[in-house]
Amino acid sequence: MAIFEYAPAPESRDVVDLRSSYGLFVNGEFVEGSGKPFKTVNPATEETLAEVATATSDDVDRAVQAARKAFGVWSALPGGERAKYLFRIARIIQERARELAVLESLDNGKPIRESRDFDLPQAAAHFFYYAGWADKLEYAGFGTKPLGVAGQVIPWNFPLLMLAWKIAPALACGNTVVLKPAETTPLTALLFADICRQAELPPGVVNIVTGAGETGAAVVAHTDVDKVAFTGSTEVGRIIARTVAGTGKKLTLELGGKAANIVFEDAAIDQAVEGIVNGIFFNQGHVCCAGSRLLVQESIQDELLAALKRRVATLRVGDPLDKNTDVGAVNSAEQLARIRRLSELGESEGAERWSPACELPDRGFWFPPTLFTGVAQSHTIAREEVFGPVLSVLTFRTPAEAVEKANNTPYGLSAGVWTEKGSRILWTAERLRAGVVWANTFNKFDPASPFGGYKESGFGREGGLHGLEAYLDV
Amino acid sequence: MSRLSVRKTYKLYIGGAFPRSESGRSYPVTSAKGDFLANASLASRKDARDAVVAARKAFAGWSGATPYNRGQILYRVAEMLEGRRAQFADELGGGKRAALERVDAAIDRLVWYAGWSDKIAALHGAANPVAGPYFNLSTPEPTGVVAIVAPADPLLGLVSVVAPVIVTGNTCVVVASEPAPLPSITLAEVLATSDLPGGVVNILTGRQAELAPWLSAHMDVNGLDLTGVADPDLALSCEQAAAENLKRVARPVEEDWSADPGIARMTRFLETKTVWHPIGV
Repeated sequence: MAIFEYAPAPESRDVVDLRSSYGLFVNGEFVEGSGKPFKTVNPATEETLAEVATATSDDVDRAVQAARKAFGVWSALPGGERAKYLFRIARIIQERARELAVLESLDNGKPIRESRDFDLPQAAAHFFYYAGWADKLEYAGFGTKPLGVAGQVIPWNFPLLMLAWKIAPALACGNTVVLKPAETTPLTALLFADICRQAELPPGVVNIVTGAGETGAAVVAHTDVDKVAFTGSTEVGRIIARTVAGTGKKLTLELGGKAANIVFEDAAIDQAVEGIVNGIFFNQGHVCCAGSRLLVQESIQDELLAALKRRVATLRVGDPLDKNTDVGAVNSAEQLARIRRLSELGESEGAERWSPACELPDRGFWFPPTLFTGVAQSHTIAREEVFGPVLSVLTFRTPAEAVEKANNTPYGLSAGVWTEKGSRILWTAERLRAGVVWANTFNKFDPASPFGGYKESGFGREGGLHGLEAYLDV
Repeated sequence: MSRLSVRKTYKLYIGGAFPRSESGRSYPVTSAKGDFLANASLASRKDARDAVVAARKAFAGWSGATPYNRGQILYRVAEMLEGRRAQFADELGGGKRAALERVDAAIDRLVWYAGWSDKIAALHGAANPVAGPYFNLSTPEPTGVVAIVAPADPLLGLVSVVAPVIVTGNTCVVVASEPAPLPSITLAEVLATSDLPGGVVNILTGRQAELAPWLSAHMDVNGLDLTGVADPDLALSCEQAAAENLKRVARPVEEDWSADPGIARMTRFLETKTVWHPIGV
């Protein structure tokens, strides 16, 4: 029942000046990597965007040495001076926001509307926020002593934003960093290296080493790294926790999730539908805190599902650079295979699968918005993180049952509650074992708001006053 | 004719009860001079698992109790301990005066932590000024079940690691000082008569090297405090095992128990929950 047809509204790629190959950023300079370079592709078209260097453990060692050397200078700077560097970086991110947003969409596959309106403003805001802390640490209650060299490994779902979450607080507290971006999305981190140069950040304060899991493992295991911060899968998080065991390294982990989004029968249905859609289809569902388990009260199941399907049918899937696009490309062939495998398991285990009629491009990695109904708690799609645009729908009768089901997961990153009754919101929120609870909203983020999980979703918080603790010797 | 004294059988403390080890094992405990004192229970893997079950069962009630209530109960523990000063001083042995000082310090530490129950959230929580029309509040919550390997210091050390964990609403399983386990079981008698719900604190006596690995690997334990582990190899294997379900781990540390404890032992086993709600009419 399309009333208006959309004309394509593509964002121009001209703003991005892609080089054919990129090196590592070590000690303020781009240098060659010793490993075999890898290609990063546009997941929407499978075209190769650039060739990127692979850092071996020797390269990582050089980066750590550069960071160690820079630590003396950087940690000795007055906080106010460190602050000004971070404010500069925040400003340059704003100035180059469009370029970064287009590059992010090219490399990641996310809709330009999201990279432009979410990733970029949030990344700049994060630097702006922590810049302000750099000369106020003595008021925060965690002391003022930095840890040293931070080794940081980040995922591909919000490449630049995760970089900001890692680098901004680390630098504000006086640490220096060696950061490894994900191998499928290294480009905005490398552009960030150029921003560090424009900001005249002292060499070695930020080092960017690219590569796959082996490079990340070398960063984590390096004996001269004092702090490890990782965002990614729980599986890799466990390996990192084992690696760091018995060392003096401080560790924070932001891992997977299987968030319950609980809709009570008195919820405002239209708002809840928007929240459910935002909760699971934002960023193609490549969100650790995605509301991937919809828990709907049995009495409104039919009404809610009908409204939800109507809304999902209007989502526009396609070209990430089209400003009308709601759902972009899946980030990689590997991730697409995982989403397909788990969806097939969903069907074979007995849940009912539904997707709206939607045409997917011939090339690239695509998966339509998908709902599963009739899902039992024992189903794989109710337990495992899909990390894709796949929603599992379960039902409940009583508030106690909703809480029981919501908490029935080894994860504990986030949760949603939809009800018009304030006391029920607070009652539910109090019982949910999750680090972030969104009530009558979902997937909201802010540099001032701590983010992080309970249980196997990891430990430590990023954002807010709490985010400082991870980068200070408390 | 002097009277023959009635000795106490030292058992475990699990779920508010005093069972012997299910293994039927015990080990002799001697004084510093080498004199026989008692046969303490030698807890087994099964005892450790029973203790975790008891701690989990107690978690909902204890973490759901009001902070005021938890504070009063911790204060009650201090009251009960005060009433048994002489008994504990005897049990600690060594110089009478020094022993009494240690007992007094343990009592005072409990009083100090009792007062924190309804204040830590004010320090460790935050109203976050987000850039949008949202109410946004972060509050600390207990991590869950915490396994603690207590330090050698049998009373002050024990109280100093247990009180900060439970005052915030966690429940715990404690492996007592291996060479000097007796005061821990006498402390259990104090806990049992202080309105502390059964299962909030569970105390095992026995071998660190036997019990700590099971607790470190237990999938229903959320936090691990290795303060009392002296063997670095044991600490390493425990921390590695803890990675399996991403327990929050406190690494072994030499601590001066008479020093100001600070708040780090409380915040280590706290999670931060942030709740968002839109503002509108």
